Amino acid sequence: MQKQEYTITVYTENQVGLLNRIAIIFSRRKINIESLNTSPSEVDSVHRFTIVINEFEEVVRKLCRQIEKQVDVLKAYYNTNDEIVWQELAMYKVPTEVIQEEVKVERLLSQHGAKAVVIRKDYTVFEVSGHREETDKLIEVLEPYGLIEFVRSGRVAIIKKSDGFHNKLKEFEYREPGEHAVENEFLDKNQEVFSM
Amino acid sequence: MDTLELKKQKAEEVKSVTISGGAAVLEAFLAEDVDTIFGYPGGAIMPIYDALYDYNERVKHILVRHEQGAIHAAQGFARASGRTGVVFATSGPAATNLVTGLADAMIDSTPLVCVTGQVFAHLLGTDAFQETDIINITTPVTKWNYQVTDAKEIPAVLAKAFHIAGSGRPGPVLIDITKNAQLQMFEYSGYTKCNHIRSYRPKPIVRKKYIEEAAKLINEAKKPFVIFGQGVILGKAEKEFIKFIEKGGLPAAWTIMGMSAIPTDHPLGVGMLGMHGNYGPNLLTNECDVLIAIGMRFDDRVTGRLDKYARQAKIIHLDIDPAEIDKNVKATVGVWGDCKETLPMLTELIDQKIYPQWLQQFKDCMIKEEAKVMKEELNPTKDELTMGEVINLLNELTKGDAIIVTDVGQHQMVACRYAKMNQSKSNITSGGLGTMGFALPAAIGAKYGAPERTVVAVIGDGGIQMTIQELGTIMQFKPDVKILILNNSFLGMVRQWQELFHQNRYSFVNITSPDFVQVAKGYYIDGQSVNERSKLKGALETMLNHKGSYLLEVKVGKENNVFPMVPQGRGVSEIILCKEDL
Repeated sequence: MQKQEYTITVYTENQVGLLNRIAIIFSRRKINIESLNTSPSEVDSVHRFTIVINEFEEVVRKLCRQIEKQVDVLKAYYNTNDEIVWQELAMYKVPTEVIQEEVKVERLLSQHGAKAVVIRKDYTVFEVSGHREETDKLIEVLEPYGLIEFVRSGRVAIIKKSDGFHNKLKEFEYREPGEHAVENEFLDKNQEVFSM
Repeated sequence: MDTLELKKQKAEEVKSVTISGGAAVLEAFLAEDVDTIFGYPGGAIMPIYDALYDYNERVKHILVRHEQGAIHAAQGFARASGRTGVVFATSGPAATNLVTGLADAMIDSTPLVCVTGQVFAHLLGTDAFQETDIINITTPVTKWNYQVTDAKEIPAVLAKAFHIAGSGRPGPVLIDITKNAQLQMFEYSGYTKCNHIRSYRPKPIVRKKYIEEAAKLINEAKKPFVIFGQGVILGKAEKEFIKFIEKGGLPAAWTIMGMSAIPTDHPLGVGMLGMHGNYGPNLLTNECDVLIAIGMRFDDRVTGRLDKYARQAKIIHLDIDPAEIDKNVKATVGVWGDCKETLPMLTELIDQKIYPQWLQQFKDCMIKEEAKVMKEELNPTKDELTMGEVINLLNELTKGDAIIVTDVGQHQMVACRYAKMNQSKSNITSGGLGTMGFALPAAIGAKYGAPERTVVAVIGDGGIQMTIQELGTIMQFKPDVKILILNNSFLGMVRQWQELFHQNRYSFVNITSPDFVQVAKGYYIDGQSVNERSKLKGALETMLNHKGSYLLEVKVGKENNVFPMVPQGRGVSEIILCKEDL
């Protein structure tokens, strides 16, 4: 067993203070959050958290149960990187003159799929979306040419196997939901003894 | 054209009345059958207290002496009655004084609804007088919390609060109401109880598959062993539980929180688990072949070292909280559900059996424990009094019918080891959090929760001094609480650890006490102090027969230790019976 990157997807009500409630589940256990993104989901009124952490699977499984235990949380899933499609957005600010003068830079930018967002006399902002390694690589490439500013967003991820949340939510709204909604994702998966 | 829906709405509109947010809080309480509130007024909650003035005849309000006292009293109320405890406190320091009680109620799954006042909504975040961010402060220690800034939200939010606090695995809920919302007049059209929140599943559907698997394991077992916690009491499943163990002939041990769910003298009850529990249940946890855990959460004080805990056994874990299953101990079969439902299903599938030899093993352990520990503790040969003999005499006089409220420390362990209890909800103690100062206010609350029962608060000389101001509450409202102080002139449990694990280096455990009887007198509460065996029984009788509250201080031996003990970092089968075994 090794620590690896897991993406936790949480469907929640849109409630003030819920971000804190979820964040302290991690901080209480001294677990560092690599990235966190909140956004609307495919369902109106339901919010979606995408949280990336580096941990052992058993720890992640327990964290998900603690998250799901919160009253305003509908459901929490965790996935390894090969079970999801994911992207991060990065932006780079570089001096415009460098691009004008050095043809090489222009070529490098297009090689990395960078798109210009803003072009001004003094600087230009490019954006790239992709995996961490890809956005990191462009920093290295641009640094010799005077990278002024860099920023990267939290990860957003789509679960490959997911059918979306519409049907699940309908089940949740019933007073007597079917097994589908109340099933505990983890009850069948018990191989290891935990130590946390 | 009026649709049916519109007509209904119109009818409701006619019924609505204009009331204040404060009054709406009390209307909600009446609808939830709240009859007792523990609280303390202050600036930011004054509109609610003003409304209370008009509801005074329908709701009792107990004015405590400190907000921590209010919340522990509400906990005692909830634990004795099985209902939700209710607390009022103002903003700022009053709200922060609730934090210990919230943490205690959270870890011991006690249903509470706490209403705190808050500064006007337009002042939020301005560092206003007595403003504190109580929502964020209490987030980790509440099952749910919410800030109300508009009175129109009050009925629905309180309905949600009571539903969340009392259902599923119960817990504390805090509702913070800004002063403007309390004052605001709004159209109130009645209170509707909440019984469904889409993101909240308090009661799972029980899956038969797991019941069947569990039953199969039990039926194949040679040495099955049941360990149970407060879940049995919270689930009001005491009868179902007894039917289950009686049909299966299953020996059953309780955690400190599960104590009194079955009568302590039940023939299948083999004692208490845990660090200072009984010898047999701890030792034989590592010998059973199927361990059936019901409504308990494998606390570290129960399991000792996890990698030496019941490794040989198949484990069945019944719990209403899925986060508990597999949290500390891996379950072979996890049964997620309310034990009120799961136990009868399981009982139906298990065979009628008895295990005379296996039960004999528990009895043999008890004989050993009696010889090495209990004999001297309950019938001491030394002159100085022991805590055990006090509890033993108390049993004799109350016949096991009293509610025993304990604080935290040696006296708590001794009381839980030796107290006899005939009925459920008789043991009220701070289990998970270990809150010193819990007992006195909790006993006050317990008396309001179960007025027909005798309530004895057993407290150490350290713990009583943490919330001694609540004697003032007893003075004013006169709940009949018997206060039994076991005074060993030490912070006894810490001293015991310093003796056993820190080479007798007694570091600040020597605590002095005031003359407790004089203090009680100052509060117009009768009392006496004894330190001789010949006077002990008479003194206990006087306390129990006294009309109204009474304080009895018993001066016991200073350096007695509680045994057996599972030393920290050791497995349950490494339990020791005396210091020399260490």
